[in-house]
Amino acid sequence: MTHHQEKARPRAELFACLTIATSLAFGAFATAARAETVVKWMHVETVPSNLKVWEEIAAAYHAAHPDVRVELQFLENEAFKAKLPTLLQSDAAPDFFYSWGGGVLRQQSQTGALQDLSSAMKADGGTWAKSYKPAALDGLTFDGKTYAVPYRMGTVAFFYNKQLFQKAGIKAEDIKTWNDFLKTVKTLKDAGITPIAGGGGEKWPLHFYWSYLVMRNGGQAVFDKAKKNEGDGFLDPAIIKAGEQLAELGKLQPFQGGYLGATWPQTLGVFGDGKAAILLGFENTEANQAKNAGDGKGLAADNIGRFPFPVVEGGPGKVTDTLGGLNGWAVTKKASPAAIDFLKYLTSPEQERKMAAAGMIIPAALGAEDGLKNPLMRQAADQLAGSTWHQNFFDQDLGPSVGRVVNDVSVEILSGQMSAKDGAQMIQDARALE
Amino acid sequence: MTEMTASVAAPAVALRTVKYKSPTARGRLPVLILFLPPALLLFTLFVILPMGEAAWYSLYRWNGYGTPTDFVGIRNFSVLFNNAAFTQALVNNGLIIVVSLLLQIPLAIWLAMMLAHKITGVVTFRLIFFLPYVLADVAAGLIWRFVYDGDYGLFAAIAGFFGVATPYVLADRDLAIYAVLAVIVWKYFGFHMMLYIAGLQAVDRSVLEAAEIDGATGWQKFRYVTLPLLSSTLRLSVFFAIIGSLQLFDLVMPLTGGGPSNSTQTMVTFLYTYGVTRMQVGLGSAVGVVLFVICVTLAFGYKRIFMRHD
Repeated sequence: MTHHQEKARPRAELFACLTIATSLAFGAFATAARAETVVKWMHVETVPSNLKVWEEIAAAYHAAHPDVRVELQFLENEAFKAKLPTLLQSDAAPDFFYSWGGGVLRQQSQTGALQDLSSAMKADGGTWAKSYKPAALDGLTFDGKTYAVPYRMGTVAFFYNKQLFQKAGIKAEDIKTWNDFLKTVKTLKDAGITPIAGGGGEKWPLHFYWSYLVMRNGGQAVFDKAKKNEGDGFLDPAIIKAGEQLAELGKLQPFQGGYLGATWPQTLGVFGDGKAAILLGFENTEANQAKNAGDGKGLAADNIGRFPFPVVEGGPGKVTDTLGGLNGWAVTKKASPAAIDFLKYLTSPEQERKMAAAGMIIPAALGAEDGLKNPLMRQAADQLAGSTWHQNFFDQDLGPSVGRVVNDVSVEILSGQMSAKDGAQMIQDARALE
Repeated sequence: MTEMTASVAAPAVALRTVKYKSPTARGRLPVLILFLPPALLLFTLFVILPMGEAAWYSLYRWNGYGTPTDFVGIRNFSVLFNNAAFTQALVNNGLIIVVSLLLQIPLAIWLAMMLAHKITGVVTFRLIFFLPYVLADVAAGLIWRFVYDGDYGLFAAIAGFFGVATPYVLADRDLAIYAVLAVIVWKYFGFHMMLYIAGLQAVDRSVLEAAEIDGATGWQKFRYVTLPLLSSTLRLSVFFAIIGSLQLFDLVMPLTGGGPSNSTQTMVTFLYTYGVTRMQVGLGSAVGVVLFVICVTLAFGYKRIFMRHD
């Protein structure tokens, strides 16, 4: 007996040692393989407080599902966009990643790198699909197939400095049409105030002007036709007219000095420092102008007003048609059921309400807006709720290559370097090259 | 005499090679088999293969997903050469080379002449002039973006002091490229200066003294003694300047990003803006191929013509 034990012990010890060594070496892997499913969540968020909210949500989910561990993976915005094509085709692909929808998402879906979620969305009488605003879900659906889970919505509108408007004797409520807007610009100039803060260095901040003018002049029908390359495409008279109106604005020289080199943060700073009266910006402009202002505080919240992009006389576009972001979480082919379940949880009204309350997002989930505390964010959410046509950013919707040409053209037309017609032709040419 | 030595030496050489050759061949083969593959593999994998791939992609219309299937022949190249932004980029690259050769290198030689001697404080000056080169390109670009800034920058302060309207140089189509050129000269002259200082220190003092005794003036000494003795350094410095100018990218991106209206685009910023961010891998690869051909032609041509004896 003793003899037997003596003999057995070394072997047992050896075995124990080996087990310890292996579990040490493979630590995380071994446990993950045995008990946990790892959900890889790739994002571009940089604001620490927002990340904290996400981490809390991930931790809460892990507490309820101990077998699922959510891993947040960060990539810087530009690096993310450049790396994604390679990443999606490799084994290191995340389960889901941040998407701006539009042409880029469509391109990704066509490569077979993404998972079609429509059947999961439609299961149980469509309970999952029905938890989102229809416009959000539509924007992430191509040919009846949904490739991303709606996360947030946004809208671009004019923000103005109330004090400066008062000084020039302007009432924002009176700006109903594009001509009213041009008049406002002139009045501001006459009062010695720089009318608009513009970010021409990054180009896309100025493409909002062209986008909105196209929407107001042509309406959804014209833009959809141009997008599908039907009829005259981007050479539609309404689109050319939009370009001419843009050139008219440019001739008034409404922007701050050196706007052609200004980045977006600089532009927000110009508005935040009270050096320009108007800014065409995102729903979160109030927070961002403060962050980028010279003193770090910017304009007081009650000094900022907001009005929608005015209509164009005779154009079919309505003032309630909105242009803005639509973000979702694109789900890759390899995503596990656990990842999809987590996404359902992440974008549920309860969680989205939390994020809205933190001032992070305008929720895409139905009934989560009541979390919004900030009045200007609330206004944006209300505008979206009453939207008659929500259009994704042109540079996203038209795909990466045509989208960038739209940005180029908008700046060229505004700065008087290109005629409206040549601009439209350039976009049409880029469309043909796709 | 030569004939005789040759005839005498010939059998000996022949004999030696016959004896000598086979053991080396036998001895070298295992060495080759053992030591060549790792380097060859790495070089093939990371240099030859990507170059071949780029050439292949440049014939397709491809957005980077899946495998390229849409063969378009040389269309990417014709698009490229009909693109106003690309021709502007070529012109700019040419301009950068010209400025590097006509401004930067003379400046570097001039400063090197002053700093090659052992005077007190010379090390400090060398350090100061060399400092811009040590700085990361992106950091230098950002610093100069602040300097040029029309609202808060040094230029705004200077303009304010003289009471004139601030020039927004980086936002001006006509001025932006010159602003970028100034930064390029500022950034890289220190590197060339260091090359010349090293070259000057190798110049034999006695030659210069001889010239002095012969009554040569300062300029004559420089033109007929120093410069010829510096010629190998000069050829090297010009070579670096040309190749560096062609590949310029990270200084331009933070300064202007190629704007306004593509007026400061270089070939590589064009590649990045039109190829990478627009996900037109085919077109981007075509730029890469053009850049590669230009670089290789210039490098080999230059080496063959000017650096034969170095």
